[in-house]
Amino acid sequence: MERTAIIGIGMTKQERRKESETFSDMVFEAVTKALNDAEMTIKDIDNIVTGCNDFWDGRTISSMAVGDASGAWDKNISCVEGDGTFVALYGLTRILSGSYRATLITAHSKGSESISSLITNAMFDPIYTRPLGLDAITSSALQAKCYMDKYGITEEQCAMVSVKNHRNAKNNPYSQLPMDLSVKDVLNSRRLADPIKLLDASPITDGACAIILADEGMAKRFSKHPVWIRGVGFCADAYHLGDRDLAECKSLEKAAKTAYRMAGIENPFKEIDVAEIYDAFSYQELMWSEGLGFCEKGEGGKLVESGKTEMGGSMPINPSGGCLSAHAVIAAGLIRIAEAVLQVRGGAGKRQIPDVKTGLAHGINGPCGQSHCVWILGE
Amino acid sequence: MNKWLETVEPLVYESRIKVPYTWSVGEVGSRFLIELRDHKKIYGTRCPKCNIVYLPPRKTCSQCFFNLDEWVEVGPQGTLITYTLVHYESSMMPMKSPFAYGIILLDKANTGLVHLLDEVKSEEIKTGMRVEPVFKDERTGDIMDIRYFRPVR
Amino acid sequence: MAKRVAIVGTGQTYHKSKRLDVNGVELIHEAVARALEDTELTRDDIDLVIIGNMDHFEGINYVDMWSIDGSGGFMKPTIKLTTGGTTGSTLAIAGYHMVASGLFNKALVIGWEKNSESDTTAAINTAFDPIWDRLTFAGAIGALAVEASAYMDDYGITERDAARVVVRDRKNACNNPYAHLRKEVTIEEVLSSPMLCDPVKLLDMCPRSDGACAVIFASEDVAEKITDTPVWIWGTANRHLYSYINDVNFHGLQSLKNASMELYQKCGIKEPLKEIDVIELYQPYSFGGLLWLESMGLCKEGEAPKLVWDGVTDMDGELPVNPSGGVIATNPIGATGLIRCAEVARQMMGKAGEHQVPNVKIAISTGFGGCMWSDILLYGKDKPY
Repeated sequence: MERTAIIGIGMTKQERRKESETFSDMVFEAVTKALNDAEMTIKDIDNIVTGCNDFWDGRTISSMAVGDASGAWDKNISCVEGDGTFVALYGLTRILSGSYRATLITAHSKGSESISSLITNAMFDPIYTRPLGLDAITSSALQAKCYMDKYGITEEQCAMVSVKNHRNAKNNPYSQLPMDLSVKDVLNSRRLADPIKLLDASPITDGACAIILADEGMAKRFSKHPVWIRGVGFCADAYHLGDRDLAECKSLEKAAKTAYRMAGIENPFKEIDVAEIYDAFSYQELMWSEGLGFCEKGEGGKLVESGKTEMGGSMPINPSGGCLSAHAVIAAGLIRIAEAVLQVRGGAGKRQIPDVKTGLAHGINGPCGQSHCVWILGE
Repeated sequence: MNKWLETVEPLVYESRIKVPYTWSVGEVGSRFLIELRDHKKIYGTRCPKCNIVYLPPRKTCSQCFFNLDEWVEVGPQGTLITYTLVHYESSMMPMKSPFAYGIILLDKANTGLVHLLDEVKSEEIKTGMRVEPVFKDERTGDIMDIRYFRPVR
Repeated sequence: MAKRVAIVGTGQTYHKSKRLDVNGVELIHEAVARALEDTELTRDDIDLVIIGNMDHFEGINYVDMWSIDGSGGFMKPTIKLTTGGTTGSTLAIAGYHMVASGLFNKALVIGWEKNSESDTTAAINTAFDPIWDRLTFAGAIGALAVEASAYMDDYGITERDAARVVVRDRKNACNNPYAHLRKEVTIEEVLSSPMLCDPVKLLDMCPRSDGACAVIFASEDVAEKITDTPVWIWGTANRHLYSYINDVNFHGLQSLKNASMELYQKCGIKEPLKEIDVIELYQPYSFGGLLWLESMGLCKEGEAPKLVWDGVTDMDGELPVNPSGGVIATNPIGATGLIRCAEVARQMMGKAGEHQVPNVKIAISTGFGGCMWSDILLYGKDKPY
């Protein structure tokens, strides 16, 4: 793969309800920050890929709402409907194809403007599953139960993820729910769908993120600290929940393998210094850690117990606070990339992990992590 | 602009999307749902190459990737693979909480069916338990013609 | 290293107003199976699936995930793009870039729509800004009618001129077995059809169809091994200029003008009318078949009617437009832009059967949608550069 870099990032504060801002207001703020970060103007950007979702945005052709705000006037533009990691991946290929030199990626959502359960219910098959009223929480609960039963993962271990990530969020000025919690607090929080409790679940969030990808020439011209893209991979599993062994994440294993091969990574636990992974629910951080090869299968619970995934551990996961602390769907994966960029640059402020050479960012699409996208970033 | 906004209450425009849908269930879905409606029978489709019996029935094997036309009657009993007890309310849910969802592997099927569990105390629900469908009396040809699954007694 | 990219095969469903015999996933699979058959490839050979439609027409969130059984994306990289009417062309452009990146060798690109499953206009209405546009000025026909009125006013274009475009496309569609409306119409029939939104009448407008289209894009490393007649992508360009319909300048399709100019420059096209052998134009209504040819620089402003009346764009003319019958005959929205691409490929491969234009060496397909947006792709029989 030719050398491409992320040379600018920008994000809004992630909040429960940005009542006074429209989608385009949020996106414009993120874009302006990303351009400033890269010391560029919109004139230096030659193409744009937005991340929009018609259901979350409540409008058909949702990309129409953010074209202006993304600086798309008279430029080539496209739109990926899915998590921000997938949006950025298409943006990356537009540079690798030799067609463009600087791609602006944006992603946004306002969970506050509708009812999340109704939107996630719409991802289930209208004939066979949707009438049951399944949504992201109940379907994930089925997965959590399946995973925890198969490998003996405990609710306490899941709760430890929540405690860790909410604590990490205290160091992140953009995050929504910085909190000091105990494992007991999580275990005693309101039961949503067993084994998932309120504090095992990510919140409803409004927010936007933008990043700028550039080819080597542009990166060197504009950026004092380009963060290079070393590997990417994505893969999708079967759709119907009953088709999959929900305790496994085969598509993540495959996506990670592709990204690691590209990046020349043989031992991810040793070679990756920090990971921002998509923890929509606490159990997911454990499951995805296994899928990413940070530990053996079924050892995700022990991994969090060991403290290795804490800020001071050998494999800090989600120093930003993760999705558990702020979950602007669609933007969330792009925020994982932006956070990994900050870590590699050494610009993550109070949430900085020392000496990060290689960072990982991860995003998901579809019910119960049906599809995964993995990014490896480096100095 | 932000300063000005602090002096007033930002307006919020309330609306909703109203689009009615008529989803074709197709030949495969029609056959499955008509069997369910008229005979209280549950059918899957079998891939002759990999032998997987799909439920819900599929026209295509996602792996071998050709059309399936062999029908296999599955169940009606099956084994509970996993479940969750739901404690919150939502307008689209067909039951009042607390209620349970399960993934059920019907006998002779190779893929699980997501459905409701009932006629069972929550503490009695166990992975691996045997369950059977309870059908509606007045069936209309949709997946809710199965009211729920209950333990085999 | 960036790779050159070619289309190596295509597949379409037979487009109809209602396909009750299949659900969406099965409809998708029909097109995919035909594309695989066309290339003699199997699902195992594909290393990327790109799919798109417009969500609210079927009411399925995360269509790329839901359609895995039919698309062939199981345990493969799978991604969804959507941009409204331009979705199909957006998908083709993505197929090009993602394969050109060198990360993927063979991409299966799928556009589909089952318009019969919802109220198309109700769904399109929600495209426009809920506060500024939706209540006053929405639905595709209204905006197009405004464009038509402005065009008639600017250059003295008549409804009869536009009707001539319909007659051409409907005639062409009769030779395309996949087309939805396969019945010729006369100018008088078009003119006397019910008025929808002055001056646009029922027969000036595209229908809504159920259908799917799949196109396989391959990198130069493998394209010539798959087919003797690869269709090379020379370049792509697009403009989605406006966010608000009230902002649009309706005098000429600005987005198509700008995108065409960029593309001609990239590909070294100096005299498009002479150099291009066939165009599949995303033309959802008759007046676009005139005005937009001008926006593409095929003739001077106001002169498109002459071009069309003179037969230049007919099957046996200098530059046949829409030999497939175009959008006026077939319109499964999320597939429509990709069908333009597939039809161009079939022309260049010599596989267009009854509607074959002889000796196609350079061709164009376009996409239209959103807020008067345009996409455009240029294809060549020869490898680019």
